[in-house]
Amino acid sequence: MTRKNPNLFARYGADTGFMTFVAVLMAFLYIPIWVLIAFSFNDSRSLTWPMTGFTFEWYRKLASNTDLLAAIGNSFYVATFATVLTLLVGVPAALVLHKFNFPGKSIFRRLILLPITLPGIVTGISMLNMFKLMGFPLSLETVIFGHATALLGVVVTQVYARLQRLPKSLEEAAFDLGATPWRSFVDITLPNIRSAIIGAGLLSFVLSFDEIPVTFFLTGRDNTLPMYIYSTMRRGVTPEINAVGTIIVLLSLILIIVAVVATRERKK
Amino acid sequence: MAAIIELENISKHYSPTIIGVDDVSVTVEDGEFVTLLGPSGCGKSTLLRMIGGFEEPTGGAIRLAGKDVTWDPPYKREVNMVFQDYALFPHMTVGQNVAYGLKTLKLNRAEVADRVKDALSLVGLYDKVDQRPQQLSGGQRQRIALARAIVRRPKVLLLDEPLSALDAKLREQMQIELKHLHEKVGITFIMVTHDQTEALVMSDRVVVMERGKIAQQGKPQDLYDHPASPYVANFIGTTTFLPGKVSKCTGGKVTVATGGAMFEAETDHSYSPGKVVTVGLRPEKVRFLAEGETAANTITGKIAEVIYYGLGLRIAVTLSDGATVYADMLLPDRLSHSKLPEIGTPTRIAIEPHNVFVFEGNVAP
Repeated sequence: MTRKNPNLFARYGADTGFMTFVAVLMAFLYIPIWVLIAFSFNDSRSLTWPMTGFTFEWYRKLASNTDLLAAIGNSFYVATFATVLTLLVGVPAALVLHKFNFPGKSIFRRLILLPITLPGIVTGISMLNMFKLMGFPLSLETVIFGHATALLGVVVTQVYARLQRLPKSLEEAAFDLGATPWRSFVDITLPNIRSAIIGAGLLSFVLSFDEIPVTFFLTGRDNTLPMYIYSTMRRGVTPEINAVGTIIVLLSLILIIVAVVATRERKK
Repeated sequence: MAAIIELENISKHYSPTIIGVDDVSVTVEDGEFVTLLGPSGCGKSTLLRMIGGFEEPTGGAIRLAGKDVTWDPPYKREVNMVFQDYALFPHMTVGQNVAYGLKTLKLNRAEVADRVKDALSLVGLYDKVDQRPQQLSGGQRQRIALARAIVRRPKVLLLDEPLSALDAKLREQMQIELKHLHEKVGITFIMVTHDQTEALVMSDRVVVMERGKIAQQGKPQDLYDHPASPYVANFIGTTTFLPGKVSKCTGGKVTVATGGAMFEAETDHSYSPGKVVTVGLRPEKVRFLAEGETAANTITGKIAEVIYYGLGLRIAVTLSDGATVYADMLLPDRLSHSKLPEIGTPTRIAIEPHNVFVFEGNVAP
């Protein structure tokens, strides 16, 4: 063939229908976020077009809103510890499921997955009842337990799926080359499921960060960010909330980049 | 030579009815190249995995250089395995893969580097030391897996269908390379394969397995020329089987009448007349007679099919009773192509009595 490879634009640009579809899809996904970001810099209280001017006012207000800052802090606290807890339980659970055959294994697997399929309200109410029965005062810690329970399925499925894809012979090869089971786990299994653990951890963190139903039932006097936003919504969306949203979008972007860098397959 | 591996009455029963390996005893001499040969499910891989320590026998003992290792985990045995899928660690470079088994031996860095270099040079891939296994071709991965296994200088190298993932041409080449490698490193090799050519080409001794038991063991040539059973005759090489009855047996010669022909064969058994036996004929031992030529065991029939496979022809000859005997005709001269036999023509074939196999019973597999 003597024809040069047409570049990507020429190839897809020709297909106007396809390009339109992509544009509409992207617009559907991202216009609301751009609106949110734009209005967080708008110097009017009302959310009406056209915008009247540029301001950092809402970010300044946000920085002095102690309730909001406390809520953000609480959310980070809850999401961090819920993630750590669910990883500490979920990763070993996935390993056990992968490694051993025992009676009732498939039931055990399904039982672990159940909390993610259950509506949050059910998990919330049932854990509320349990903590009440045990005489446990509701606090952010009970929320952590609630989230960790609900998220366990995410971690177990992700890590278990990765383990299933890992050839059994890799571990056997490590044994064969003189590695004890522990050493083979650290040297061979762990590096190969690392990205699944990181991915599951990030997903858990994000899910826990904006979780409402379970939090609603299990929290004491402290509020997490989504709860705070929800409660202020009764007075209408304030530009301050837009500012918080913008910051969260920014943080999420950073998290995504970190995740991609951390889980990227090293290439030469 | 001393025995390096002794398998004593090894059994692996998964359940009373599911039997993987059944009471197998094999001794492997130091430096030998032994092949376990058989179809899938015959227990050959299970046997190999038990030597490697990946499975525990339900009965019997395994000794490595005189020491009982039956219950030792793999990481305590001085044997190494080349896995069927190579099992190279994807997150490590080629160099790190090969070095892994030395790190667990707690050697110092300089020695590890030296030995990795030696092992990779031995398989001709030292220039790939910093690449990842995924970047290599199948044949190269196979060599890396070999280097990783021999770098620890094991007493025995186990090879689980090492060439099955390679294409035909490369497989042929690797057979020779593996054989040379075995001669060079002097380590005992035990290989598992279902490919009879591989077994014949590479091994000093072949152990043919059948449903968890040893069907026959011996040098490749012995197995080929003196198969102990139709199973072995059929698995190694090609054999035509014809059921028949003994009509006469005297002085190391037995005459068998099959439906379409009489066969005279040499035997060290004595058969009583009337006994039911099966005659085995290898196609390459059956030859076509020229017009007027006479020979022992002459059979007349009609050519039913001609299969061309490059270096020769395999011709199906139908006997008077409808049975089919395969006979090979080599084509050493291109001119002979002009007179390929035609289907339907009557023909005469013959086989020397010492080339005829006789097995007891109507036992065609």
